[in-house]
Amino acid sequence: MHAMSYARVGDVASALAEGADPDSRFLAGGTTEVDMLRIGVARERRLIDINDLPLNTIEDLPGGGLRLGALARMSDVAATPSVRERFPMLVQALELGASAQLRNMASMGGNMMQRVRCGYFREAGMPCNKREPGSGCAAQGGFHRGHAVLGTSEHCFATHPSDVAVALVALDAVIHLQGRYGERAMPLEDFFLQPGDAPEREHPIEHGELITAIEVPAAPVARTSLYWKVRDRESYEFALVSAAVAATVTNGVIREVRLALGGVATRPWRARAAEQMLTGGPAISDAFEAAASAELAPAVPHPQNAFKIELAKRTIVRVLERVSAA
Amino acid sequence: MDGPLEKIERGPEPAKLSLSVNGATLVAEVEPRASLLDTLRETLDLTGTKKGCNQGACGACTVWVDGRRVVSCLTLAVACEGREVTTIEGLVEHPMQEAFLSCDALQCGYCTPGQIMSAVKLLEEGHAGNDAEIAEWMSGNLCRCAAYPHIRQAIREVRDGEHQ
Amino acid sequence: MTTTLIGQPVTRVDGHAKVTGAAKYTAEISLPGMRHAVIAGSEIPAGRITGIDKSRAMAEPGVLAVLTHEDLPKVATQPVLTLSLAGTVAHGQSFFPMQDPVIHYAGQPVAIVVGETLDAATRGAELLDVTYERTESITVIDEGRDRSYVPEKILAGLAPGEMGRGDVAAGLAAAELTVEATFTFSANHQNPLEMSASVASWDDGQLTLWDATHGPTATQMTVASLLGIPASRIRVITRFVGGSFGAKAMIWAHPTLAAMTAQIMHRPIKLALTREQMFTGCGLREDNEQTITLGAAADGRLTAIRHEKLSITSAYDDWAEPALSGSGELYACDNFAAVYHLIKGNTMTPTFMRGPGETAGLAVLECAMDELAERAGLDPVELRVRNHADVDPVSGRPWSSKGLKECYERGAELIGWGDRDPRPGMRRDGDWLIGMGMATAIYPVYPLMNPQRARARLYADGTAVIQTAASDIGTGAATVLTQIAAEGLGLPLEMVRVEYGDTSLPFLAASVGSTGSTAGGNAVHLAATGLREQLVAQAVQDEGSPLHGADPELVDVVDGVMVGPSGSESYGEMLGRNFVPETEYLGTYQHRVDDEHALLNFGAQFAEVAVDAALGVVRVRRMAGVFAPGRVLNQKTARSQLMGGMIWGLSQALLEASHMDPRFGRWANPSLGDYLVPVNADVPEVMVETVEVDDPFINPLGIKGIGEIGMVGMAGAIANAVYNATGRRVRSFPITIESLL
Repeated sequence: MHAMSYARVGDVASALAEGADPDSRFLAGGTTEVDMLRIGVARERRLIDINDLPLNTIEDLPGGGLRLGALARMSDVAATPSVRERFPMLVQALELGASAQLRNMASMGGNMMQRVRCGYFREAGMPCNKREPGSGCAAQGGFHRGHAVLGTSEHCFATHPSDVAVALVALDAVIHLQGRYGERAMPLEDFFLQPGDAPEREHPIEHGELITAIEVPAAPVARTSLYWKVRDRESYEFALVSAAVAATVTNGVIREVRLALGGVATRPWRARAAEQMLTGGPAISDAFEAAASAELAPAVPHPQNAFKIELAKRTIVRVLERVSAA
Repeated sequence: MDGPLEKIERGPEPAKLSLSVNGATLVAEVEPRASLLDTLRETLDLTGTKKGCNQGACGACTVWVDGRRVVSCLTLAVACEGREVTTIEGLVEHPMQEAFLSCDALQCGYCTPGQIMSAVKLLEEGHAGNDAEIAEWMSGNLCRCAAYPHIRQAIREVRDGEHQ
Repeated sequence: MTTTLIGQPVTRVDGHAKVTGAAKYTAEISLPGMRHAVIAGSEIPAGRITGIDKSRAMAEPGVLAVLTHEDLPKVATQPVLTLSLAGTVAHGQSFFPMQDPVIHYAGQPVAIVVGETLDAATRGAELLDVTYERTESITVIDEGRDRSYVPEKILAGLAPGEMGRGDVAAGLAAAELTVEATFTFSANHQNPLEMSASVASWDDGQLTLWDATHGPTATQMTVASLLGIPASRIRVITRFVGGSFGAKAMIWAHPTLAAMTAQIMHRPIKLALTREQMFTGCGLREDNEQTITLGAAADGRLTAIRHEKLSITSAYDDWAEPALSGSGELYACDNFAAVYHLIKGNTMTPTFMRGPGETAGLAVLECAMDELAERAGLDPVELRVRNHADVDPVSGRPWSSKGLKECYERGAELIGWGDRDPRPGMRRDGDWLIGMGMATAIYPVYPLMNPQRARARLYADGTAVIQTAASDIGTGAATVLTQIAAEGLGLPLEMVRVEYGDTSLPFLAASVGSTGSTAGGNAVHLAATGLREQLVAQAVQDEGSPLHGADPELVDVVDGVMVGPSGSESYGEMLGRNFVPETEYLGTYQHRVDDEHALLNFGAQFAEVAVDAALGVVRVRRMAGVFAPGRVLNQKTARSQLMGGMIWGLSQALLEASHMDPRFGRWANPSLGDYLVPVNADVPEVMVETVEVDDPFINPLGIKGIGEIGMVGMAGAIANAVYNATGRRVRSFPITIESLL
């Protein structure tokens, strides 16, 4: 790891002032940042420790929504009774992610800024368009069992690793940003960019801009929800496929459904095609299978990850069956 | 670090950090890039905290910062100024240590301090209701000797008050 | 002598240090003036270094030196692969790096960067600019399939490249049932949780080396041979070792590199490998392909076994894990043939990993036996009993002891084998298909080649110290040696302390191949009983002793008190009266070659698995292993070791894989996040039992070893259980989700 300087700030204004330095980077939980610095992917010379900023509150919003401070820790969000009651899949996604220790460290904002797990991205000297734009994608033709089949491009098909972002995207969460020149908010889904021909650009965030909060609008449908994660190991592993689903089924008809996928796409993947097919239709396996197939229709397989298409379909069917039976 | 939060500025050259470790104030002269793990092991000679991967993937380096279990390999020492760090050396005759011994919840012992630091917090967090819960919430600590069933047994026994 | 201590579930004597964090492992040694060294590894798998620009590294604050092949001294002898089992030098490969610019494998050390701090040295290594000329490489089997050859010998000359008996073609021709199948195994890395490390310090031409190793004596002799100095000038200390599983069984380059660096820098040097370097610094279990053919009569009795293996070795050694010999030893079968095929490639020489050979070979044999059982319409246990080898099929000699049938019987009982439906896919629990499988476990009893020594010393205060150069890599060696010593001396445990892990103590070979307890245990047993006899002999000759004139045979020692027919006194009283502050005895155990018996370790493994019918996820629900490893020295630590082995089998079956990217010739997943080993939630409760077999032939204590046998067989049992659950024969390890979709 290269040498760097460190500053700790106590308020947002100072953070924004310090963060304007182009060679600086914010440090929150550190679970991604320290790792990236150690493996030489992050190259900033100055860390601005924002952990003392008053951005760690978890608030219930009137009407049933949530406001999660960007520095709220994953473990704290998961342990909050109102979150557990209203958004089971959010809690499940949090608790199925990483390990207890990492969840104690990692902040919600930092989780949104997680970097991909592609081995070629992590290994200095390997071609990687995300790390060294234009150097090529070594995962093509290389080891890519964990890679994405949706939202891919010829330049990059690394999987977005977050679990909780999948649940949040299904819940129409909104991310709040603050820069030196003001505040803005955008749907969380838009915060994750597909690699396209610029895989090095992952988020529409400006240098020095802070994530301040994530808002989850009220969603009664989420009271019946589920996050399912498929992986080789029973715990402490990134998803091969995951699905966040919330549904309201009455008299065998799906009134409302939210569905998002993890582990299979270059960003948390809102399964809108499936949602559209399912809404208003019967809650039966055939319909689930048809919706799953439609969602995965644009999938682009590579030799080692082609199985994810079938696995994702089956996972979608599984979660829909579970939730509609609940 | 009492009182209002003030700006701290360190580095890039080594700086004398005042760290509260196991209730004592220790001074470590390290660079901002130094991890808490390396600072404990290489500078403060507190080698009970183990380095198993330096990648946040094994849990051998588990310590408590402000009372929560974290991995010290992904924690910078400089970020711990003003926070309370507890390592295995700060545990004195804890029932969990005795339970690990009597249940033979260890072999080579290298993951053991991390397991114990995790297990004590697991009980405090209330995640030891049953074996499945213990297993899940202890999965951030790899044991390559695979003493897992005995680790669960040790945690159960402490939960049930068998090692007062 | 009454047996009271050996076998007891005594708590680990080194446990307190481990649970308190007081235990110091090698990389935790700090010396005054010590500096940190970091290895920079080759980024290419084949070719040569064309230039090393040190300027950016040297410009980094805190970097003290960059050493390359141009700076390092030449080794005094070209290393030749030698197994640590031999009790002598233990070169892991016939190659020493940093002697010239030639690159044989990725990760091969090309430079050592020395820094004031670990961070500075690490950064220096990152900043090193090495240019290479890359040549064609072979790192996966498919690249070299057409260049394979049959080696004359494998395992450093200890085993033949081809073996067999009878006439396999005739046996197959006579067979009414045949099974033929090809299996593949991913490469595996041992990945002990403690990374390998060495700390070197020179003082007046004398080297002290702390090293994480199975055998401090092996490190001592190996480093001595490479440095060209007498072994007497090197002291190796190995107090605590954070696991090895074979990674630290042979001596790799790093201890010698640390010693060379310390010499050049005139400073103590700490050199620790990183987790990534554990994939290129300590050997590996080679990926391999095995084909097996079984022929059997309609009643299931085997008529022929043919077993072949293809794998990659280094450019300079004929290494193959001895996976095939077990197929010739396990069952009564007159016709057997086995052939190893090797490909010279761009890897370091592969090496031992827990259960070396048998664990892969028996997975193949036992999966094939499961298929045969199905073809023959026999229960898998019954098929194995029918083919039970009453005598060693290789030598025709009787077994020194066996106990296998008892293992089958008890294992079947523990898992509830009677509930198994032989038809696959019949049991279901919600989303899960449930299946049961079993397999046999065997592991060789390797002979110790040189004298194994231990010293027992008794002080006038009645306490004893046992000294031997043994290493405790987590096996519980220190604990069982204490038990053996206490029992031999007639002392309570708390009055005996064992000193180990230091070459200044009497010689013991590296603890490898499940021989640790045999070597250390028998040496300590002889030392302790020898000292007791010496003390009793002294007492009966001592006119001042109440035992004077007694028949030594009639003297018993209880809690340090010699009790004769007409009187008693303690060791301490006798020594004190005679002004003897301490007395000692050196025990030497020389393995006696038994040419009348065949020696082999046996066990039976059972597993119940659940396979998600739609999603292909496999979870092991229950495991049962019953073993007949001869005398069990400590029920508690033995249970832990056998259980650990069984879980290693689970891991081999379902998780562990190192993936090579042949384009770069580099491992694609060198981290503990991406090289999967089981976490707590993967591991069910494990039933472990031992069958007592009295073995008067094998060695004085009747020990067969328990380090590996627990692992062997489990992968086969799990694969067979997956078949029973799903009806799918997965022949590629690890068994992954995609193979079951």
